[in-house]
Amino acid sequence: MSVATDLSTRGYVHADVLVDTDWVAAHLNDPKVRIVESNEDPLLFTSNHIPGSVEVDWARDLNDQVRRDYLDKASFDKVMSRLGISKDTTVVFYGDKNNWWACYAFWVFQLFGHTNAKVMDGGRLKWEKEQRPMTREVKSYPAGLYAAPDRDDRKIRIFRDEVRKHADANKPMVDVRSPAEFSGEKTHMPEYPQEGVLRGGHIPGAKSVPWARAINPEDGSFKTAAELKAIYEGEIGLKSSDDVVAYCRIGERSSHTWFVLTYLLGYPNVRNYDGSWTEWGNSVGLPIEKG
Amino acid sequence: MAAQPAGLTELAADMKSMDRRERSEALIDFADQFEEVPSSVATRPFPEQNRAPHCESEAFVFVTDNPDGTIKLHFAVENPQGLSAKAWAAILDETASGRPLEEVAAIDPHAILDLFGSDLSMGKGLGLTGMLQLVHHEARKRLAARTH
Repeated sequence: MSVATDLSTRGYVHADVLVDTDWVAAHLNDPKVRIVESNEDPLLFTSNHIPGSVEVDWARDLNDQVRRDYLDKASFDKVMSRLGISKDTTVVFYGDKNNWWACYAFWVFQLFGHTNAKVMDGGRLKWEKEQRPMTREVKSYPAGLYAAPDRDDRKIRIFRDEVRKHADANKPMVDVRSPAEFSGEKTHMPEYPQEGVLRGGHIPGAKSVPWARAINPEDGSFKTAAELKAIYEGEIGLKSSDDVVAYCRIGERSSHTWFVLTYLLGYPNVRNYDGSWTEWGNSVGLPIEKG
Repeated sequence: MAAQPAGLTELAADMKSMDRRERSEALIDFADQFEEVPSSVATRPFPEQNRAPHCESEAFVFVTDNPDGTIKLHFAVENPQGLSAKAWAAILDETASGRPLEEVAAIDPHAILDLFGSDLSMGKGLGLTGMLQLVHHEARKRLAARTH
């Protein structure tokens, strides 16, 4: 499969949410731009990273450290201040695993309304494959003053009871986990251990589209809009007018699909169920489909 | 009952007191020291019996016997970005190779958390524990053979 390198030719509805590696290379010293790496592997950023970039750790920086929830406004303000990000800073996310965690961080930033945010197409894989510069030097920036609005969970996040109503109403849901997780054969990702889910299967009515199908595996770039439509509209019948819920295990893989549907295909009503299967598959009495 | 190798205990204590950044840099230094199993010991495709269970970085564990009855640990990590697995392999080799089998068999899995800290995801923790399981197995197998 050929990879379209020019973002403007790929047919995305909101193509400006992506930047390519050339753009990032040209803005490494732009004071209005902050490059943010977010990875699954906490050692990766320290091992090397794009010069001038800063790290957002999904577990330490984005989550409440006690309750299962995301950070609150005060904590988000502190993270942004530490990273030297102000309201008018353009934040560009990139990371490992096909931008999986970069999209997760992007999604959390949207809960606090930082819309001046982009994702570097191809993420860390593409940057490395192009043999662009990496460094171990960690740059720090003057602390900024950041005042986020209160976290708004209404538009892009959905909770268990609403998901139950959504399923009961036969509204579209995308299960982005692996086929074996969807069928109930496994309760964890291939090559990953079981992390404490009691039941396998999927939410009744959900359709399976593993998240990484949106990616060209050779360089981690996103597929074209036509290719994405063939998957999400051709295969499982989604429409841009649909009210869509995406879920996975804890809401990280599904934030990637949320990003694809919302920005690349321009669906206005997509929500990420971050409780996902670790909540649904452990909850007493909730309906489950297998197979 | 024997204690785990003193070098591992000391290292774990040192790293437990480090902040996140110091710890990450120390672990990456270990990962940089990682040396893959020599071809005289094992070549690809590596046997499945040497594959560490639950390790997403596809780590393999090999052991050769030293003349003095101790063992030398060798590792392969197929994922080039498997930094945690490489660091743990280098640490195990440095602190456990050549130590009495009783000490190797007594390596406490909690050392993994002391070394890698609370940032270690459950997935990575289980993968590193899987590497240790194979090391334990090899040491205990040899200890059992001595008693028969």
